[in-house]
Amino acid sequence: MAKMTMVQAINLALHQEMEKDDSVVVLGEDVGWDGGVFRVTDGLIEKFGEQRVIDTPLAESGIVGFSIGMALYGLKPVCEIQFSGFSYFAFHQLESHAARLRWRSGGRFHVPMVMRAPYGGGVRALEHHSESREAVYAHTPGLKIVIPSGPRNARALLLSAIRDPDPVIFFEPKAVYRAFREEVPEEEETLPLGKSQIVLEGKDVTLISYGAMLHETLEAASNLQKEDGVEAEVIDLLTISPLDDTLFTESARKTGRVVVVHEAPRSFGPGAEVVSRLVEKSFLYLEAPIRRVTGFDLIIPLFQREKVYLPSARRIMHAVRQTLDF
Amino acid sequence: MPKTEIDLPYRVEYLSILDQHGEVDKNLEPDIPDELLLKLHRAMMMGRRLDERLLQLQRQGRMGTFAPIIGQEAAQIGAVATLEPSDWFVPAFREMAAELWRGKKIEHVILLYAGYNEGGEIHSDLNNLPVAIPVGSQILHAVGLSYAMKYRKKKEVAMVFFGDGATSQGDFHEALNFAGVFQTPTVFVCQNNHWAISLPRARQTRSKTLAQKALAYGAPGIQVDGNDVLAVYTAAKEAVERARAGGGPTMIECLTYRMSVHTTADDPKRYRKEEEVKEWLGRDALIRFQKYLKNKGLLSDDQLEALEEEIKEEIKTAVDETEKRMKELGNPLDMFEHLYAELPPYLREQRRELELELQEAGK
Repeated sequence: MAKMTMVQAINLALHQEMEKDDSVVVLGEDVGWDGGVFRVTDGLIEKFGEQRVIDTPLAESGIVGFSIGMALYGLKPVCEIQFSGFSYFAFHQLESHAARLRWRSGGRFHVPMVMRAPYGGGVRALEHHSESREAVYAHTPGLKIVIPSGPRNARALLLSAIRDPDPVIFFEPKAVYRAFREEVPEEEETLPLGKSQIVLEGKDVTLISYGAMLHETLEAASNLQKEDGVEAEVIDLLTISPLDDTLFTESARKTGRVVVVHEAPRSFGPGAEVVSRLVEKSFLYLEAPIRRVTGFDLIIPLFQREKVYLPSARRIMHAVRQTLDF
Repeated sequence: MPKTEIDLPYRVEYLSILDQHGEVDKNLEPDIPDELLLKLHRAMMMGRRLDERLLQLQRQGRMGTFAPIIGQEAAQIGAVATLEPSDWFVPAFREMAAELWRGKKIEHVILLYAGYNEGGEIHSDLNNLPVAIPVGSQILHAVGLSYAMKYRKKKEVAMVFFGDGATSQGDFHEALNFAGVFQTPTVFVCQNNHWAISLPRARQTRSKTLAQKALAYGAPGIQVDGNDVLAVYTAAKEAVERARAGGGPTMIECLTYRMSVHTTADDPKRYRKEEEVKEWLGRDALIRFQKYLKNKGLLSDDQLEALEEEIKEEIKTAVDETEKRMKELGNPLDMFEHLYAELPPYLREQRRELELELQEAGK
């Protein structure tokens, strides 16, 4: 096993899947000869050629609509939107068509495409380059939304996303792109979509998170262990929609206390759905109100204020302590 | 300051073969076999008569709103008839006659507009995309399909339909641009019926023609008399052959007219003049084509009368059978089908909720 970054792991998944399945095609702005602005698609065009690794004109709606057409014919396009903050140009194509063509045609057609995009804050970027709008996509019936947290699960989830017969939005937390290396097996490994994972077992409180914030959550859990002797159970959602509530509702029944962590804005965010499911399925076991530690309901500020906007381990620990004290 | 003129491919030609009086230009007359000529005629007649019947059904409350095609029969039939069954057909929402040509059953037309999702079903043998309502959004799909055909080394072509209004949408421009860059085997057919609900063509864009917009993206554009089925057929055939031979995309602007309403929820008297409608009645696609066929000895008055009866019967049977079928449809639980390949757990739960609710109500 080699240690690699998330960028390298995603790159590995693309190389291997394109080798295995010639219906997989990669397209987007600068994904070919530039290898992608984050180098995620590095080396693909040299190996697979310009017909399969397509440098498109600057047109996000075009990229996604074009991908839909390819997918309807039977190809498996993996398109890249350079930053999730530019995906709104294409949102109409996703909402009105990618999400609906199977339903509209009574199953005659389906859209096995993946839209990849770097998402989230924490890299000192310009405006529009730090967005977290997964809730908007999750509220669109017909789509699936996947958000990995590390190199190994990014590679495994992307393979499943490419093989999924329905459209998958794959948001890659750019703050994690090169943040650390992890062992990723060379042989093919997949993780099923729609399944969360328990990353740390515990009995005192359930912490639910995903993406870059999983790491803040794990840091908080570690500190709480050292400072308070608290054993937190940490769950990584991995797939936002379809949301797997079996693990976290079960965990809540064990611990009775829950804190949800995400960088997306609080109101109408993914955390709200998690809380609703907990109330529906674990209500009688709850010992305290469920807390959400999230981005504020603001546009994420430019990078001088970014750190204070994003949930920190300290902020998470504070919320956990309040939950335990209730 | 002396300037050098840049040589641009900025010429748009206009094609007319069969004029509104039924006179044909012998130099341009295409060599279409008699059988196909009659098939074209029948398809145009069916489109018109079915459209009239659907309007009646809607007024009687037996069907919901829809977009009539009256006046545009030649523009869509002339174009779609140049496709092979293995080619791909991408409609907007005003191509009912073309859909029938491509194998859609009258039953499905009615079911869709009567509010049954089953109306959207497409037989696996048919390379037709479903009706697309957000204006201009389907054009990109046709280009993607075309790219995939090229990628798979197939000699297929995709033909996409849209109206004059669609040429203002961003997706139209993005689609033509992609088609030009990637030289996809796509035929873009614009049914310029001169009205986008209440906006007349002159206010939709300042361009003199819509066809010239293709030239900006490196593709040829031609304008044709959209009520002249021979001209539409000829232009479309050339475009399809060009695409199939690897020569890239073409745009065909069919000058036609929306003789009726935008949809049945519209009142054109609020924004356009009756004189204009009358003027276009004089340019009717069917009347001139019937004259042409009569002159060729292919369609006598008796034969036309017999055809009208035949079509009337076919429509009547289809309506009866569809309304019979409607009685078996409408199971609410069916709405959980076809959103995903497999129902995810939360949707299985929701389906169960509805199932229990229906059982309770049934008691």
